[in-house]
Amino acid sequence: MSLKNRHLFGLKDYPKKDIESILDLAFKFREVLDRPIKKVPSLNGLTVVNLFFENSTRTRISFELAQKRLSCDTVNFSASSSSLKKGESFKDTAQNIEAMKIDAVVIRHPSPGAPKTLSKFIKSIIINAGDGTHEHPTQAILDMMSLKEKFGFLKGLKIGIIGDILHSRVALSNIYGLKTMGAEITLCGPPNLIPEFLKDLGVNINYDVDEVIDWADALNVLRIQRERMGIGLVPSVREYRNFFGINQKRIEKHKKDIVIMHPGPINRGVEIDSAVADGQNAIILDQVLNGVASRMAILFLLCGGKK
Amino acid sequence: MESLQEWLYFFFYVVEKNEIMNKVNFKILPDELLLKNGKIIDPFIDKVYTGDIFIDKGRIGDPSKQTKKTKIIDCSGKIITHGFCDIHSHFREPGREDKETLETGSLAAMAGGFTRVCVMPNTHPPIDTPELIDFLSKKSKSYPVHVHPIGAVTKNQDGKNLTEMGLMKKQGAVAFSDDGLPIQDGKVMRMALEYIKPLDLPIINHAEDVCLRSDGLMHEGLVSTNLGLPGNPDFAESVMIHRDLELASFTGSKIHIPHVSAEKSVAQISKFKTQFKNVSSEVTPHHLYFNDEALSSFDTNFKVAPPIRTENDRLSLIEGLKSGVIDCIATDHAPHTLEEKETTFDLASCGMIGLESCFGAVYKVLVYQNKFKLLSLIKFLTINPRNVMGFDSNLFSYEKTAEIVILDERKKWKFTEDSIKSNSLNSPFIGEELIGRIEFTISKNQIYSRTKLDI
Repeated sequence: MSLKNRHLFGLKDYPKKDIESILDLAFKFREVLDRPIKKVPSLNGLTVVNLFFENSTRTRISFELAQKRLSCDTVNFSASSSSLKKGESFKDTAQNIEAMKIDAVVIRHPSPGAPKTLSKFIKSIIINAGDGTHEHPTQAILDMMSLKEKFGFLKGLKIGIIGDILHSRVALSNIYGLKTMGAEITLCGPPNLIPEFLKDLGVNINYDVDEVIDWADALNVLRIQRERMGIGLVPSVREYRNFFGINQKRIEKHKKDIVIMHPGPINRGVEIDSAVADGQNAIILDQVLNGVASRMAILFLLCGGKK
Repeated sequence: MESLQEWLYFFFYVVEKNEIMNKVNFKILPDELLLKNGKIIDPFIDKVYTGDIFIDKGRIGDPSKQTKKTKIIDCSGKIITHGFCDIHSHFREPGREDKETLETGSLAAMAGGFTRVCVMPNTHPPIDTPELIDFLSKKSKSYPVHVHPIGAVTKNQDGKNLTEMGLMKKQGAVAFSDDGLPIQDGKVMRMALEYIKPLDLPIINHAEDVCLRSDGLMHEGLVSTNLGLPGNPDFAESVMIHRDLELASFTGSKIHIPHVSAEKSVAQISKFKTQFKNVSSEVTPHHLYFNDEALSSFDTNFKVAPPIRTENDRLSLIEGLKSGVIDCIATDHAPHTLEEKETTFDLASCGMIGLESCFGAVYKVLVYQNKFKLLSLIKFLTINPRNVMGFDSNLFSYEKTAEIVILDERKKWKFTEDSIKSNSLNSPFIGEELIGRIEFTISKNQIYSRTKLDI
């Protein structure tokens, strides 16, 4: 079993068969995570570098755990502690790390396309852990895994993605992945944060969050970054909550179970209220656990052949 | 050669640079040279005919006056036409000689068939005084192409205070532009256009509303959305073109719109051109050749300002040339070092080199793919840009200093790094198969030959 692409840059045009392979294996690794001894020797002897040019807690720990559960050696690099501050270039940093004989790189970078640029400089296998406002493919895989775990299928599922779509790599990867798997998507949020061009990808846009809740089987609620408030994108927290905030009252009005997802970190009281985030329909913590299993599957399928 | 001083500059240039000249296939013209039996395209008189061109001591002469000493280049099967004129280039001198100098830029121009180049003032320091114009005019005298400085409109390109445009014209400025830093303040643009009226030179404003552009890195559309790259919408250009044309039609001054990139912009220019004579515009080879799908590779060589836009925009630019809304082709030759391009997309500098790939690219798009007549294409590179700048365009009459290009019209060739004469290599055309190749360029008593020349 191997994947068509050597790297994982994103889910645009990613083969359906390969997404299925990743999901199948992820469920198997999920069983491993439920055992008392959670470690398998699958990637013993391989070295993976986590190259983080942007802050991250969840994704970095999730990748690190996935690597440790697979018995590979990991090295963490973060921009704040690096020589980048001394003016070393992206290319030099990457080539220096690779010169120390590594097998794969997990990269997070604020610039869209950075993983692809990296692949021009080094020969290692590259996994995108989020590149600016472009893609976050492993997040979309774990979201799909969580949906599949909950519903048993993806085809025909109705997913509402709520929030700042324009600046969201999670939204873009979710759109590509879910569309490939046959789900239906409606985007919802302030119109200036939803590019109209996305309609060309076959998604719906609806600015009325209540209508979207009525329609959807699950909501993927995106983080609204507080730093975007009040600078012309979103007038205020109050305004946003009023029109797009996911709260208990709104959910109850629709008299149905609707699954709530969030990629984290959550701004409680902004895009989602605590009552909903902690409620019985939320699968936010399942997403976190599935993140480890998904990343194990991705690492194994991409790097396993190297052994 | 126009004067003794020019001869002296040239003499020292030849002595100093002999080695480089040999390496890159540049030679001094023999006293008498006959370009024999070529297909001559004279865009000035609108004629195509088979014949000879005689060059007597660097000037066009009467072919019947050839002697036994006359050297001959057999041009059968080749096109002989006017040397091309690029009204939009960046030669980076002074300040960034690591990217390009007046000399290397001139060699690149010759290799691309250009004998006359207008250079933009966004150097370090910017060309914003008569002294700096004088520096460029004098320094470039010894190089093989005619280099014309464009002066800045505002001091230090600050968009606020007008430069001494009158005195700069006296020193040789042929137009004014704050290229790269569009004039945002409408009042300043109005003042500049009013002030320049008696000088009868064009103002060239890089048309972009920088607020609408915001942090945009590529054309805003489906492709930018797919790539997660911040978009620069087409209306950031067309809105500014509208402003500039309103102002220029009010003041009656000459205005030239550089590197038109969008269908909306073509529409704006078309509307104004019907009522207003003093407007002209240009398009670059790369906006004619590529569309925004090319950026899917995140190749920073495609990062240019204004951005490469959609296929629909590209087709409208071709249509704009056909209908006369766009007057000419200009390269926006913008050299950058490898370091400035070999980085992530957001940090990479904007621009690509364009002189040497120009003809092969535009011939392929316009003549080969879109059935333009070769004569029309030649006009976009010769008399049309010359008219925009007010240069002489009757080049084939006797006694004129020879500015000639000889090209192989149908030749398919691959544009490769090792042939590049520019100091920089930032070109997405590298590896592309182009059609139509420059064989010889003659300018200022020198000849560029693509292959080793025995004359």
